Amino acid sequence: MAYQFDFVDVFKYTDVLAKGIAFTVTLIGVGGTLGIAVGIFGAWARGYSRMKWLDWTVGAYVELVRNTPFLIQLFFIFFGLPSLGVKLTELQAALIAMVFNLGAYSTEIIRAGIEAVPRGQLEAGASLAMSRLQVFKHVVLRPALQKIWPALTSQLVIVMFGSAVCSQIAVEELTFAANFIQSRNFRAFEVYFIATGLYLVLAILLRQGMRGLGNWLVFGRRSP
Amino acid sequence: MPLIAIEGLHKRFGSNEVLKGIDLGIEAGEVVAIIGKSGSGKSTLLRCMNGLEAYQAGKITVEGTPVTQDETDLRHLRLRVGMIFQQFNLFPHLTAGRNVMLAPMIVKGTAEAEARTIAAKVLERVGLGQKFDAFPDQLSGGQQQRVAIARALAMEPRALLCDEITSALDPELVNEVLQVVKGLAQDGMTLAMVTHEMRFARDVCDRVIFMHLGKVHEIGPPSEVFSNPRTPELQQFLGQLH
Amino acid sequence: MMEFTLWDVVRNLLLAARWTIALSLTAFVLGGVVGLVVLFGRVSKSKRLRVAAMGYIELFQGTPLLMQLFLAFFGLSLLGLPTSPWFAAALALTLWTSAFLAEIWRGCVEAVPRGQWEASASLAMGYLQQMRYVILPQALRVTIAPTIGFSVQVIKGTALASIIGFTELSKASTIITNATFKPFTVYAVTALLYFALCWPLSAWSHRLERKLGAAHRH
Ligand SMILES: Nc1ncnc2c1ncn2[C@@H]1O[C@H](COP(=O)(O)OP(=O)(O)O)[C@@H](O)[C@H]1O
Ligand SMILES: [Mg+2]
Repeated sequence: MAYQFDFVDVFKYTDVLAKGIAFTVTLIGVGGTLGIAVGIFGAWARGYSRMKWLDWTVGAYVELVRNTPFLIQLFFIFFGLPSLGVKLTELQAALIAMVFNLGAYSTEIIRAGIEAVPRGQLEAGASLAMSRLQVFKHVVLRPALQKIWPALTSQLVIVMFGSAVCSQIAVEELTFAANFIQSRNFRAFEVYFIATGLYLVLAILLRQGMRGLGNWLVFGRRSP
Repeated sequence: MPLIAIEGLHKRFGSNEVLKGIDLGIEAGEVVAIIGKSGSGKSTLLRCMNGLEAYQAGKITVEGTPVTQDETDLRHLRLRVGMIFQQFNLFPHLTAGRNVMLAPMIVKGTAEAEARTIAAKVLERVGLGQKFDAFPDQLSGGQQQRVAIARALAMEPRALLCDEITSALDPELVNEVLQVVKGLAQDGMTLAMVTHEMRFARDVCDRVIFMHLGKVHEIGPPSEVFSNPRTPELQQFLGQLH
Repeated sequence: MMEFTLWDVVRNLLLAARWTIALSLTAFVLGGVVGLVVLFGRVSKSKRLRVAAMGYIELFQGTPLLMQLFLAFFGLSLLGLPTSPWFAAALALTLWTSAFLAEIWRGCVEAVPRGQWEASASLAMGYLQQMRYVILPQALRVTIAPTIGFSVQVIKGTALASIIGFTELSKASTIITNATFKPFTVYAVTALLYFALCWPLSAWSHRLERKLGAAHRH
């Protein structure tokens, strides 16, 4: 007896899928923006702050995040922190976990970009009487981001795929939607197949979006 | 009292002593050429004068205030002494105009409109009034170096330090940059320049300093230094140039 | 109710960590073998093989690992194959690992100068001989650091196997949390165990990378 595929059945749940996509987009949109902001701060802290303890703290944070699974980070934040009196909703916990995770990876990525900025650029800034922070903000940051924009984009895609596990704390994102549908119609393979396709499309859109954002924010040649 | 005064300056990189006791005074309005073999410490001397390198012993003062590694002192120093580099070091993500406007705006707090006026004026002065909106990669090497000069001028420094500013240029572009520097000299700018352009040094400079093995080996007006080298090292150095 | 000491928690997690290690090793070794096959396709002269390998890599790199695990788990049973969380997890992680390793290694193979291909071809070597005797030995040196670096991703990836019901370290931590009601301690210890597995590999990879970088700069 051959199995009869039934994809049509899945499309009865379009609204559930749409809601799932909306949540996934929210997770990556908010988590991505804040995560990159944390990354910029982390890169500054490690390369520019000249504060040993801060450099060390950020370094330890980066190593901790990069050497533990996102799932455990998420569980620790959602299930573990409440015992310290920090109560979080599912979505808040998921967003914090994503920012925490992406912040560490983007710290390292952006730091590599900063290190690739030629010394002469820093010296030119310094010789114009700029402070270290001004040199970082006005001279280093944009060329550094230009250099690592593709790597940052790849990392964002990875983090979006990682966000699938937020279903495990009942954030109603795309994977949660798929789990829900297959529990109703018992068409597990079809449902996950379609969800996978949707992730593929989301990844393509995310890359496009990052290209647009990059052109506007970091590559933009706006004349004054 | 000289504008820039250097006394007993010693600078080491690890165990390598690069400057072995430099004494030198540069008067306001003076144009000084620094010549010497590669590795003799010319760049290091200039970089010490701009606080880009810390030094171990001796004293550098600009208008009487000592050059230290203190962040506030450094910024105060660099407001008065500008520097131009061999590799131009323009900011690649900004237009020529924005390159010039940036420091006045963020360092001196100049309003944008005024910074724009200043930028237009200094770009005009280096002959690039038309290139305000061009990005560095759209300019020739000579044009880029002139923008770098304009960028330094916009801060209204008392003195400019130039480190082999024509060495990275194709030969046919050297002159346009030297002409700009000559104009500055004629307008009374204090200049200390490391250069290999001996003809320029002879024509424009008030004094020539020959550095050898981390010391000021000979110093004097160009007529004397070039026509009457007293030490065999300088004779040999000048001889090699032809 | 039974009291769990910290040692009980650690001991049980350590026992479960054996399965994390077993799954990681399986996926890494088998993924390496499959990855090598994909690599051969990816840099072969046949356009069709190259496109197929590229599609394979795109597919596994371009979709979430969790989806791949679900599809393996439910897909195997559709095919009428006997399925278990262990088997599905090993399969999905192997394929996923192979795609990433193939792509990492491709970069290293392409860093070998073209002249090496031409020189070996002019000595009448076939494709497999070129790879075996000329290209791979040269690429090998460069591949070691990123390959070890990726093994960290594999270990972390095995955590997702818990979601399809395979009892490894992450699954065990959830089970123990439910028994002890000490989520903070249990997940903290779990994180530390993962860290203890991953960090030495990360550090080793970084050290090799730096060494190689230094050698390149002379
Ligand atoms: N950042 C540095 N670290 C170590 N040694 C340096 C550094 N910069 C310059 N030196 C050394 O100092 C000496 C003088 O260099 P420099 O001042 O650049 O000479 P010049 O400009 O006359 O060619 C050289 O031996 C050079 O190798
Ligand atoms: Mg020099």
